[in-house]
Amino acid sequence: MAVIPLVRPTLTLLERTYLPQIASGLKTTLKHIFSPNVTLEYPEQRPAIPPGYRGVPTLVMDPNGREKCVSCQLCEFVCPPKAIRITPGEIPADAPTGHVEKAPQAFDIDMLRCIYCGLCQEVCPEEAIFLQNQYSMSGYTRAEMVNHKDRLYELGGTLPDSHHKWDKKLAAEKSGPAH
Amino acid sequence: MFDFFFQLHPVIQGTAKGLAVILVIFPFAGACSLAERKVSAWMQGRPGPNRAIVPWIAWVPFLGKFLQRLGVFHLMADGAKFLFKEEPLPGHVNKLYFVLAPVVAMMPAFTTVAVVPFGAYFDPAGRLIPLALANVDVGLLAVFAVSSLGVYSLILAGWASNSKYPFLGGVRASAQLISYELSMTLSVLPVFLWINAPGQPGTMSLVKAVEFQSGAGLHWSGVWFGFLMPLSALIFLVSLYAETNRHPFDMAESESDLVGGFHTEYGAFKWSLFFVAEYSHMIIGSGVFTLLFLGGWNPLPGLPLATVAGWLGLAGTPLLVALLSLAVFLGKIVFLLFLFMWVRWTVPRFRYDQVMKLGWQKLLPLSIANLVFYALGIAFLERG
Repeated sequence: MAVIPLVRPTLTLLERTYLPQIASGLKTTLKHIFSPNVTLEYPEQRPAIPPGYRGVPTLVMDPNGREKCVSCQLCEFVCPPKAIRITPGEIPADAPTGHVEKAPQAFDIDMLRCIYCGLCQEVCPEEAIFLQNQYSMSGYTRAEMVNHKDRLYELGGTLPDSHHKWDKKLAAEKSGPAH
Repeated sequence: MFDFFFQLHPVIQGTAKGLAVILVIFPFAGACSLAERKVSAWMQGRPGPNRAIVPWIAWVPFLGKFLQRLGVFHLMADGAKFLFKEEPLPGHVNKLYFVLAPVVAMMPAFTTVAVVPFGAYFDPAGRLIPLALANVDVGLLAVFAVSSLGVYSLILAGWASNSKYPFLGGVRASAQLISYELSMTLSVLPVFLWINAPGQPGTMSLVKAVEFQSGAGLHWSGVWFGFLMPLSALIFLVSLYAETNRHPFDMAESESDLVGGFHTEYGAFKWSLFFVAEYSHMIIGSGVFTLLFLGGWNPLPGLPLATVAGWLGLAGTPLLVALLSLAVFLGKIVFLLFLFMWVRWTVPRFRYDQVMKLGWQKLLPLSIANLVFYALGIAFLERG
């Protein structure tokens, strides 16, 4: 067995009184009195949110104001704590976005269950659900802590979209026979 | 105005003076608790309490904001909270002693104020008249005798709480107080050996101790005892920290192992009485340290009160001289109180066996050696 010989430092008499050490400690603490504060005064000052932050899950619209969710229920399926509950609905065929066919009738996320894992954002084929910068959720009742569809869109807002998948699909349908 | 006061019956005079001092000490101790919070916050890089504000003071442009940031209104908020919140009285305690303990804590704290002189002025004949409730000749002895009664409140609180942690806290507090009382008393003896000359009536008066540090100019009589007897001052200071149960000797209430120590079961106003008593002890202790080792109300070593009052042309007005001495004395006390807080956030808490070891094996022999050294030295000087 390897033995590590430990050499204890021999202290001088002055060091054994601890007084110089206490004095240098006092100097350190005194320096801290005059150094600037390291804390944020929270409600007035907010922390800078780093990119990639996973906050409250939200639903987003595309730049044309169309709700992107097509109620495929993949997020509901993948959600580990089963916080998401979707009731699928249909878009009437004569609506401007009728070719999308489906949109959620109700979309509830129970924030008392949500574990902010981000799997819903990961799995979404439509890039409709995002965990954004909102980090502070509070309410007085359990019912208040469930985010309904309107609240989810209010939190999510509109995000830029480079694909315009459904617009392209509509254009292709109009221009000729698909495939 | 003053004539009217001095014509009153001595008992009424004493009561009025006593009430005045208590009315100063109580808020002063409260302010200390706020200062403690602020200083600890600054040392930890936080702003500290800075929210409470009285609406009509918030209207004052800059001052209101400044006072709010300084947190002075938290003092009022804390006081009001302690006054009006519910007084819990746990079912398992011994009610009489449980209620008695905070009162017993306050009594020695306020009693010792009586014998501590906190300023001085000169009468027309040029004699020094100390400002004290009772300028007794036993001075320091009275302080030691009464202030050590404070530990009874801790034992009483720990015992009456009828639960484990308070009991342990009380036992620790009493053991610690006994251990450090010895070295504290021994450390001040050289000062009184110096003051008292053989063949003259002996004294333990604190005023006398200050007078011996009041020499003017470059002369050894102007040097404060803290410089003449640094080891005495150091031992006294360390013992003072232990006696007042302050960090790093925070054995009685060490929250990491005893929850809150002797006051675990206390809440609301009874708890705040313990708090005020602790800070009053700190104030009195700092006062005694100032008087013994830091020249009392003399502004600087070799620069006594009389000289400074002469420079400022205050010699003819005793009231202003008294205020000047009071300001100098309070300034020194405030510095020492700051030192208490400063040390608290610098030195980590000792283990219990380390406290005992330091008290019995280090400070006590050291203070005895110190006493012997100064006794021999003074004997040698007196002879020569």
